[in-house]
Amino acid sequence: MTAEAPARPGMGAVLLAEWTKIRTVPSTLWALGAAFALSVGLGRLVAGSLSGSADTGPSAFDPLFAAFYSLTLGQLALVVFGVLVVSGEYGSGTIRLSLLAVPRRGLFYGCKLLTGTGIVLAASAVTVPVTFFTTQAALGPKGTSPLADGVPSAIAGACLYLTLISLFAMGVAAMLRSSTLALGILLPLFFLGSQGLGNIPAIKAVTQYLPDQAGTVLLHLAGPQDDPRWARDYGPWTGMGVLALWAAAAALGGYLVLRRRDA
Amino acid sequence: MIEVENLSKRYGDAVAVDDLSFTVRPGLVTGFLGPNGAGKSTTMRMILDLDRPSGGRVRIGGRSYRGLPVPLRRVGALLDAKAVHGRRSAYHHLLWLAQSNGISKARVREVLRLAGLEDAGGKRAGGFSLGMAQRLGIAAALLGDPPVLLLDEPVNGLDPEGVLWIRNLLKGLAAEGRTVFVSSHLMSEMALTAEHLIVIGRGRLLADTSVRELVETGTRPCVRIRTREPERMRDVLAAEGLVVKQAADGALEVYDGEPQTIGELALAHGLVLYEATVRSASLEEAFMRLTGNAVEYRGEVR
Repeated sequence: MTAEAPARPGMGAVLLAEWTKIRTVPSTLWALGAAFALSVGLGRLVAGSLSGSADTGPSAFDPLFAAFYSLTLGQLALVVFGVLVVSGEYGSGTIRLSLLAVPRRGLFYGCKLLTGTGIVLAASAVTVPVTFFTTQAALGPKGTSPLADGVPSAIAGACLYLTLISLFAMGVAAMLRSSTLALGILLPLFFLGSQGLGNIPAIKAVTQYLPDQAGTVLLHLAGPQDDPRWARDYGPWTGMGVLALWAAAAALGGYLVLRRRDA
Repeated sequence: MIEVENLSKRYGDAVAVDDLSFTVRPGLVTGFLGPNGAGKSTTMRMILDLDRPSGGRVRIGGRSYRGLPVPLRRVGALLDAKAVHGRRSAYHHLLWLAQSNGISKARVREVLRLAGLEDAGGKRAGGFSLGMAQRLGIAAALLGDPPVLLLDEPVNGLDPEGVLWIRNLLKGLAAEGRTVFVSSHLMSEMALTAEHLIVIGRGRLLADTSVRELVETGTRPCVRIRTREPERMRDVLAAEGLVVKQAADGALEVYDGEPQTIGELALAHGLVLYEATVRSASLEEAFMRLTGNAVEYRGEVR
């Protein structure tokens, strides 16, 4: 029983604890590894098949499509990561211990999301460039240079995209408090997204604003924007703003649920 | 010191905890007793600020739980021993807890040793037996060397050796001057561990008393007798100033009397005794009587 009152541990202590939680569980590390492997491996395959296909004319071909297409599947692993980081606490029941250790809900939740998104950002900063160079090498002469016009901002945008998608998943998981429920909703949604949900004419007016779809213009996955069949109602960075709003809303929703409901 | 004032918890129309007030003092083990579903766990979660009370408030050392600057150094709690991430090692489970409150790694190893888990620290917590999980939960509660401890059913599912270990540990912690509040639905266990008891039933306070007091007031010792002429026996005993009650099976229960006195009275009045048994006070029975009444009372209301 320490008599003197020790200093109140601040954000640093809580961030460190959240980092330890993530690094000491194999499933979260596996999810990050899977995101890398899916993005790079699948990107290599897609780029390989595109480089071998008949030339359809330089104007229709977008080397950045090949660079980022595989991220739409890699992101599913990052969604799993985001969900595991949050709802792992509910599945195991450690949420109560966490709140005993850090009873201030905002501090606990903020540090958890900050740690999770920080890790995803770091993982993306490796995965996206490696995927880019792998795919461009596979494209051979059709590939583009990392310094070509619009490429650096697209790479940065892709890292941001993956981070925001994962943050969105964390917020949804905090609202639903169950990994099964969160993954059951998010994985089908984003998988359909990767299959062109935002391009179906009849429902495009709505579906183009779904979180993952909002990022596709910046990722060169929405098709040539000068073609009215593919054109979205927003530009690349406005789309990213839409995704950021989704992520912020989900994170806020998760906080409100944590604050209001009994643990 | 834990002060609970007019604490209530309602789920819609259902009342889980009903205007509960009591104080848990340092230096002794206080048992929190009640049948399953009495509201013990809900009360503990409200004390720890995990569940939001519908009314009332809780103070731990004069502050709310959320207001504690370094919670784990003030309060240690064991709520559910199985609430660990199954794939994380015992050491890492304690490590993140320690880090969140600025507690050293040396202390993590110390509590592992204290809980008898020094060789199991590297093992996955999911593979632990219930007994080992309880030990890990105790280690977590002791991490910050807190002056206040709350344990929810810590001996549930433990083997006799584990029960004994927890019993002695709790007594030792209380002897060091800590506030130890431990819930159980087993009166017999509390009789051995606790000095003071808070008894609740259906969310209401039934007794706030020392174990000794409860024994004495709950069920008084008596002598059960059977005779051919119960009415005349009753008059004879009543004339001597003894309290007599008729039990459901027709036997007489004589309070404050010794079997010798009763036997001699019977002989003097020519009464034949078929049976005379001494029934000592039972804590279990005192508990049953207390909680049984609470259930009946609720039944009438409905």
